[in-house]
Amino acid sequence: MKKRLATVSLAGCFGCHTSFLDMDERILELLKLVEFDRTPLNDFKKFKKRCDIGLVEGGCCNEENVHTLQEFRKNCDVLVAIGQCAIMGGLPVMRNAIMHAEDPLRECLETAYMNSPTVYNASNDIPNDPALPLILDKVYTCAEVVKIDYQIPGCPPSGDTFWQTMVALLKGTAADLPYGLIKYD
Amino acid sequence: METATREKDIMSNFIVFKIDGVEVKGKAGQTIMDAADEAGIYIPRLCDVEGLEPQGSCRVCTVKVNGRPAAACTQPAADGIEVENKTLEILNWRRDLIRMLFHEGNHLCPICEASGRCELQAMAYRLGILQPAKYPYLQPVRPIDASHPDILLDTNRCIRCGRCIRASKDIDGKNVFGYVGRGIHKRVGVNGKDLAHTNVHLDDRSIALGTCPVGCIIRKGLGFFAPIGQREFDRGPIGSNIEKAELKRGKK
Repeated sequence: MKKRLATVSLAGCFGCHTSFLDMDERILELLKLVEFDRTPLNDFKKFKKRCDIGLVEGGCCNEENVHTLQEFRKNCDVLVAIGQCAIMGGLPVMRNAIMHAEDPLRECLETAYMNSPTVYNASNDIPNDPALPLILDKVYTCAEVVKIDYQIPGCPPSGDTFWQTMVALLKGTAADLPYGLIKYD
Repeated sequence: METATREKDIMSNFIVFKIDGVEVKGKAGQTIMDAADEAGIYIPRLCDVEGLEPQGSCRVCTVKVNGRPAAACTQPAADGIEVENKTLEILNWRRDLIRMLFHEGNHLCPICEASGRCELQAMAYRLGILQPAKYPYLQPVRPIDASHPDILLDTNRCIRCGRCIRASKDIDGKNVFGYVGRGIHKRVGVNGKDLAHTNVHLDDRSIALGTCPVGCIIRKGLGFFAPIGQREFDRGPIGSNIEKAELKRGKK
């Protein structure tokens, strides 16, 4: 019986997913043991069945991220936070504290869409289309929103790290990474 | 004649104690850390560095001396003591201390110039910190001081080890840096309105590479000088120079 694997990228850059593919031809070995459920790799948007393993890239910066993450927690036996964004917020989390503003979210949006020297924005609006998910007051780590079972650090974790992690997860244990594979950058 | 007597004195002042069951020879008056370093046994540390007076504030070097916790960098070694260094209990204390430092400041390794040569990060690697921590990220709002033409202070990354303070006071004789506030509000301040209004100089030991263990004191114009893969702790874990020194001695 193959294990079911789901992956998702929340407030991340898809670098971790790209790095997942860096396990190269070993992915064929992996596919003998694993069947993908929803993942950007096969473009399925909804869960088909309950999954054994869920890999989450990125933290939560908007409402949709939170809903997706909660859905992953509901549908996955083991949930793993992958990469620095999922673990501690990564680059998006810079808007929480490093902005030094009274209202960091407003300053972040105004800098991005209005005040930067290279911005051309004739209407001087911040995007507010109803189709856009509501931005959260700050960026939350995955562990602040749901229970996370394991975390794999890296920006992104290397292909070898992903391989060792998957091998360990399929055995039902935590990955015991050697020195060279523990990276926070 | 005088030196000969002194040497004789030192010779007779040898002490012998055990670290994790291994016999270590030291001199009377030496700290446990110094004796361990000479014996090629690495005790993890952050606030202590070669050339500065030990301060014993980070507690990462905590060991058990005859069953009681003590900071190895300030605790004098004594004849016959039994020191525990590599037990799981102490490893977990150290992991918790390092985790708390990560959670207390804004340590964004992916954007940090010091990544790869940062001792806090290297210590986390060495201690194998992988699992989710139970602590919240405090995400404090801390200032950046870019006033000086050659030096940048990003206090988001400061771990208050006091290495710049001691270097400035004891070696440069300038007192450019100093502690301000108490408890969680304790921070490192500068002796002036900002760094540009102090007499700090690029040649000072306090801002030399290797004095600040993290990326708080940054030398402008030097950014990312070592490529990924060739940075200090890409080559080997922190403390391997101390362990390797013993290997070399053993071969002789």
